[in-house]
Amino acid sequence: MSSPSIRIEGLTKRFGSFTALDGLTLELEGAKCVGFLGPNGAGKTTTLKMLTDMIFPTAGSCYINGTSVQADRKRALSQAGVLIESPEIYPSLTPRQALEMVADLRGVPEPEWHDRITEVLGEVKMADWADQRVGRFSKGMKQRINIAAALVHDPEVVILDEPATGLDPRGMAEVRAIVRGLKRRNRLVFMSSHILQEVTDVCDEVALIDRGKLLFYDTLENVKTRFSGGIVSLDVGLARPLVDEGLVRKVSGLPGVASCTALEPTRLRLQFSGGREGREALMEGLVGLKIGAISLGEPESALEEIYLKQIARGD
Amino acid sequence: MATPAPGATPAEAHATVPDSLTQVFRLSRYQLREYLFSRRFLVLVAVVATIGGIITAIVGHYRGALVSDNLAFYGSFWGGGADVVIVLAAVFFGGDAIAGEFQNKTGYFLMGLPVRRAAVYAGKYVAAFVASVAVLVLFLLILLGNGLYYFGTGAVPWQLGVSLLLAVVYLLAVLGATFLFSSLFKTSAYGFVLTAVLFLFGFTILQALVADLVKMEPWMVISYASPVIGNVFAPNASWALTGTITDVRAGPGGPVLSQVYTPGILEGVVIMLAYFLLTAIAGLLLFEREEFA
Ligand SMILES: Nc1ncnc2c1ncn2[C@@H]1O[C@H](COP(=O)(O)OP(=O)(O)OP(=O)(O)O)[C@@H](O)[C@H]1O
Ligand SMILES: [Mg+2]
Repeated sequence: MSSPSIRIEGLTKRFGSFTALDGLTLELEGAKCVGFLGPNGAGKTTTLKMLTDMIFPTAGSCYINGTSVQADRKRALSQAGVLIESPEIYPSLTPRQALEMVADLRGVPEPEWHDRITEVLGEVKMADWADQRVGRFSKGMKQRINIAAALVHDPEVVILDEPATGLDPRGMAEVRAIVRGLKRRNRLVFMSSHILQEVTDVCDEVALIDRGKLLFYDTLENVKTRFSGGIVSLDVGLARPLVDEGLVRKVSGLPGVASCTALEPTRLRLQFSGGREGREALMEGLVGLKIGAISLGEPESALEEIYLKQIARGD
Repeated sequence: MATPAPGATPAEAHATVPDSLTQVFRLSRYQLREYLFSRRFLVLVAVVATIGGIITAIVGHYRGALVSDNLAFYGSFWGGGADVVIVLAAVFFGGDAIAGEFQNKTGYFLMGLPVRRAAVYAGKYVAAFVASVAVLVLFLLILLGNGLYYFGTGAVPWQLGVSLLLAVVYLLAVLGATFLFSSLFKTSAYGFVLTAVLFLFGFTILQALVADLVKMEPWMVISYASPVIGNVFAPNASWALTGTITDVRAGPGGPVLSQVYTPGILEGVVIMLAYFLLTAIAGLLLFEREEFA
C-alpha cells in the first residue's frame, strides 16, 4: 500500500461574499511533517476544517489516503488523527474515559486500549492525571489530552491545528518530540502553527498561505534559499570578542560570503551562498582564520525573515 | 485501508472502524453515562419525585372519589402526569443535545472521529430516549405504588400497559421535535425554550384555534393526539383511526354551541409517529448540512 497522503484540490470556501480560502491545491505525501503557516485569518483553520469535514467546501475537495473526505467522511477520517480548534472534552469524563471513547468508536480492540492509552497519556505527560475529571483541567492540560486523543489509534495521517496552543515551553518541546516520533514511524503530519521555531525544528516542508491563497509550498531548505535569492544568513559564534576589524574583512573574503557584519562582539552574521560543499569549505576557512569560531548555523529567525517578507508583499 | 506502515513500532493500534449501527449504540452508551452522572438527571429525578409525592399526598388526603375507581385513578394521574414528565425529560435531555455540541465546543472532539453525522445524531437521540424512559419509569413506579396500595394487585388495568406504550410513542415524537429544534440553533437556550413553550402550551393553543376557528379536526397538532395516553383508560374509548365529533349544545336538543374532537387511539398513534418520523428526518437532514464553523 502507498504512503500516507493528503490531497487538496481547488479548495475554496466562501462565507457569504467573503472568500476565506481561494482555490487551494496541495499534495502532501510520505512520512514527513508539513508546516501550515499564515497570518491570523489566512484560512488555515478553514482549510483544516474542510479537510476533516467539519465545514463544507464551496468548491473543490480533499482526500486522505485517497479517500474523499466529502464523499466518505467515515472512511477518510478512520485513517487520520485530528485536532482542530482545541475542542472541549465532556467535563465529567476522565482522560482515560475520553480516550476509551475515542478508541471504542474508532474500533481499537479493547485489549489494546489500556496499553495504547497509557502510552499516549505518557507521551503528553498526563499519566498522573489519567483518572481525574477533565472538567477542572487547565487549558494546556486539556490541549494535551486533545493531542493524545488524536494519536490514540496510531493514525497514518495526523492533522493538527496549532497543537501548541496553551502549552508551556516544555509542552511545546514535547509536541516536537511527538512529531519527530511520528515521522520516524512513517506518519504524515500536517500542522498549522504560528511558532516558526517549532516549524523550523520539526517540519520538512512548509506551505504558506495568506488571505486564502497559497504563497508557496516547498521544502524548508528550498524555501530558505529560494527566498533569499540563493543567499542565506549564517551566524558564526565566537569564543572571544573579535577585536580586529581586519578579521571581519578576512571573513568577508572567504568563498561564498557576500558580506559579514558583527552583530555582537562574539557573533557574526554572514550572507552566504553555496551548497553543502560550500558550507564545508566555509567552516574550514573560518577555523583556518583562528578567530575562535565555535559555531556556524542558520539564525533562529531565518524562516521568520522569509515569512515576514512574503506576507508583507501582499500588503 | 489501514495497512501497517513498514517500520511501525509494535505498539501500533489495530483499528477497524465499527459499522455505523454499532457506533450509534456505543455513542449512546457514552452519552447516557454523561446524562446519568449529570446534575441535570438528579434535578429531573427530584422534580418527578416531587410531582409523584404531591399526587400521593393529594390522593392520601382526599381519598374518597379519587380512589373509588381504578380506571379513573390511573387515567387521571398517569394520563395527566406522564405527558408533563415526558416533555420535561425531553427538554432536559434533548434541549441542548445538538446545540450544546456547538456551544460547548465538544463537537470538535466528536466530529474529528470517523462517524457519520447521522450516527452522532442517532446516538444522542437513543441516549436521550433511554434517559427519559428511566425518568418515566420512576413516575410509573410512584403511581403504581399508590394504585397497588388502594386497589391491590388485581386491579392494575391492562390499559396501563397500552398507555405506557402510547407514552413511549409520544416520547419518541417529543424528543424528535426537541432534537430538531436543538439542531436549528447553535445556542442551547433556544432549543430548551422552544420545546417547553410549544409542548407545554403552544400546541394546545394552536389546537384550540384549529378546532374553534377553522372548525376542523386538529389532527395536524400533536397536542390533539397525546391525550390518548389518558383516554385509553376510558371504558368507552374509541380505538379508531379517525376522531369522533361530539356536539356541545346549550341544552338537550338546543343549538350546537361548539364541537369537541376526540382522537381515536390508533389515530393518536399515527399522528405521534408521523411527528416522530418527520422531525427525525428533518433534524437529520439539517444536521448533515450543519457546519462546525
Ligand atoms: N464561520 C465563519 N463565518 C464567517 N467568516 C469566517 C468563519 N470562519 C472563518 N471565517 C473567516 O475566514 C478567514 C479565515 O479564518 P481562519 O480561522 O481559517 O484563519 P486562520 O488562518 O486559522 O487564523 P488564525 O491564525 O488566527 O487561527 C477569517 O477572515 C475569518 O474571519
Ligand atoms: Mg486558526
